[in-house]
Amino acid sequence: MGFECPAPINSRSSEKIRLGHGGGGRLTNNLIENVFKPIFSNEYLDKLHDGAVIDLPVNRIAFSTDSYVVSPIFFPGGDIGKLSITGTINDLAMCGAKPLFISLALILEEGFEIENLKNILVSIKLVADKVGVKVVTGDTKVVNKGKGDGIYINTSGIGIIEHNMNICPQSVKPGDLIVLSGDIGRHGATILSLREGIDFEVSLESDCNELWTPVEALINEGIEIHCLRDLTRGGLTSALNEIAKSSNLGVFIEEENVPVIEEVKAVCEVLGLDPLYVANEGRFIAVVPEKFANKTAEIISNVTGVNSSIIGRIQEENKGKVLMKSLIGSVRLLDMISGEQLPRIC
Amino acid sequence: MKYVDEYRNSEIAKRYIEEIWKVTKGNWMIMEVCGGQTHTIIKYNIDEVLPSKITFIHGPGCPVCVTPIEIIDKAIEIASLKDVIFCSFGDMLRVPGSKKDLFAVKEEGGDVRIVYSPLDALKIAIKNPSKEVVFFGVGFETTAPANAMAIYQAKMMGIKNFSVLISHVLVPPTMEAILNSPSNRVNGFLAAGHVCTVMGYKEYESIASKYKVPIVVTGFEPLDILQGVLMLVRQLEEGRYDVENQYTRSVRREGNLQAQSILREVFDIIDMKWRGMGIIKSSGLGIKESYKEYDAERKFLIGHIKVEEPKECISGLVLQGVKKPFECNAFGTLCTPEHPLGAPMVSSEGACAAYYKYKVNKV
Amino acid sequence: MCLGVPGKVIEINYESSPVMGKVDFGGIKREVCLEYVPDVKVGDYVIVHVGFAISKLNEEEAQSVFRYLEEMDKLTEQLGGDL
Repeated sequence: MGFECPAPINSRSSEKIRLGHGGGGRLTNNLIENVFKPIFSNEYLDKLHDGAVIDLPVNRIAFSTDSYVVSPIFFPGGDIGKLSITGTINDLAMCGAKPLFISLALILEEGFEIENLKNILVSIKLVADKVGVKVVTGDTKVVNKGKGDGIYINTSGIGIIEHNMNICPQSVKPGDLIVLSGDIGRHGATILSLREGIDFEVSLESDCNELWTPVEALINEGIEIHCLRDLTRGGLTSALNEIAKSSNLGVFIEEENVPVIEEVKAVCEVLGLDPLYVANEGRFIAVVPEKFANKTAEIISNVTGVNSSIIGRIQEENKGKVLMKSLIGSVRLLDMISGEQLPRIC
Repeated sequence: MKYVDEYRNSEIAKRYIEEIWKVTKGNWMIMEVCGGQTHTIIKYNIDEVLPSKITFIHGPGCPVCVTPIEIIDKAIEIASLKDVIFCSFGDMLRVPGSKKDLFAVKEEGGDVRIVYSPLDALKIAIKNPSKEVVFFGVGFETTAPANAMAIYQAKMMGIKNFSVLISHVLVPPTMEAILNSPSNRVNGFLAAGHVCTVMGYKEYESIASKYKVPIVVTGFEPLDILQGVLMLVRQLEEGRYDVENQYTRSVRREGNLQAQSILREVFDIIDMKWRGMGIIKSSGLGIKESYKEYDAERKFLIGHIKVEEPKECISGLVLQGVKKPFECNAFGTLCTPEHPLGAPMVSSEGACAAYYKYKVNKV
Repeated sequence: MCLGVPGKVIEINYESSPVMGKVDFGGIKREVCLEYVPDVKVGDYVIVHVGFAISKLNEEEAQSVFRYLEEMDKLTEQLGGDL
């Protein structure tokens, strides 16, 4: 082989992402062949076509997309990869759709460790295998050093709906009960504890997890599901407010029924935050007719191993509002949060 | 959590509420001085479960709310400088200055960081010797010893790239200012438990006897507030005006002597401008001459910045308890938590934000 | 103002200046300045504000909020008896 300019990449520098990895040339190809294909190989991806051509077995599908930025990229209980695939799977699951196909788009910052990239992709693959979804198409771009936080991810997903229920806020009826899938606030409290200047020592882990498994169990057991909503940023309160507003009905919950583990409670006390507004990445609420509520909580608890409980009900009164009976017996309004909760001194 | 959960017990709360209903005969205006107490009252909707004869007036005890707009503008000026790392408690970032807030500085590329403790800011200074690290030292008597320690330590360690933009206010002069106001409606005070933890409550004894107004030093949990209210109402009904201590698990009459001594070491008592209330004599703390190299105001020559407050905002009257937040024309319209006009809408414990957030029958 | 949270002292470093230590708040731990609570011992509860212990929590007085009602009850009974 003749002399090449620039000189061939030595093995050291090839461990990091370079601008050329997003350029569509040989480096991009290396990345696909050496990193992506070994992890994700499947009949759709291996064709290396511009898009995935797929046959769907049903007419009703759900389609969703979400982008992920998180700091730190690796955190106790997960990483940005796990977050990015569970996020889209969960959005599909909340439509009652069985997730089947996922697209994966990465924006990498120059200098990002390829080893870290591999670990992130393996996290994605582990969740994908558990749920039975395939990563069928993808894209990678690289931005200059200093123009990104290491890695940003976008995933989109297609899920199929194999039942006749109309799972959405408009299906919610007065008298329905609200079942919460587990204790709240773990993800937000974990991430916050790690920030510079906060520096708590915790054994907390993010609740980051896929929710199709419990939802599928509910569908299979014949639960009549009126609405599902995963709790993400803005916490339980935002999810409940969205349901109250979209259904134009009232939501009433009791604070003592909402489980918060001791460590999450402690992080919130010390920083002056309210766990009802703290982010979650693996919890959801199911709104079901009263006669299905106990069974719903029981199924979720069995499948996830986390205690699920009935936290409240849907009512005619106070349309569009969420009310909560506090620990001391008074009733207060739970409004949406404006912006991010900030640690406060007072 | 131990020493937290037990003070949120609904059975005991119920008994306190019954007791308060029993003893209340007259109409009483009670001011809880501290924003943390306002937060608890609103969050647990305590005023709704008590007799309507008891009215809470939310006092000026929120450092975020009373920090004058001028200081915010000074903070923004410093934070926008190149090679400055500006450290602050989280809730100060959203406080509106005359044109923008510290979040906007961050968005424009300024290095603005949230810290939990002033000592964390000092650590950042040690780690970044080529940068100027400025800490936004706001707060009442409770926070002052922490900020004083950061300044004291910086001097002891000879750290040159650290300074503090200070805005410290003192509670007793403000209570007197409220009592001296011709529009005063306050019959009794729940004094701030953590301020008194540091300063003790001797100073309050002369206020109580001079103005014939009962004062109960009170904690922050629902049961603390309820017990504080019960103790205060009993005094009011019996015509007494003593200083009583509800928060005995933390507050001693003489306060925390170690903390007080470092305050005297680092700070002077100065006349202080309060947001919405103007200048109150001897109501603030300034950095002593002997620590002047740690005073960001002197280090960065920002003394020329002078700002007036927005006219539509009646936060001064709200902070003095003369008006309720919903009596303001801007409340919920021009002024919301997303676009706060005045500081009480910024802090989640500010009277306006607390009303906006928790009130069932809000506008 | 002034969020203050009770936590248990689990470590004290007397050599450091100012005196620092570790406090456990319901399972989470953080470095806290203990300079202002000179008589504090490991196992004591302190009230912490912005990373500083501002008082040693008096564990006996911590019960007073529960005792107060009982004392009031007794008082009412006595008064009732006198009438």
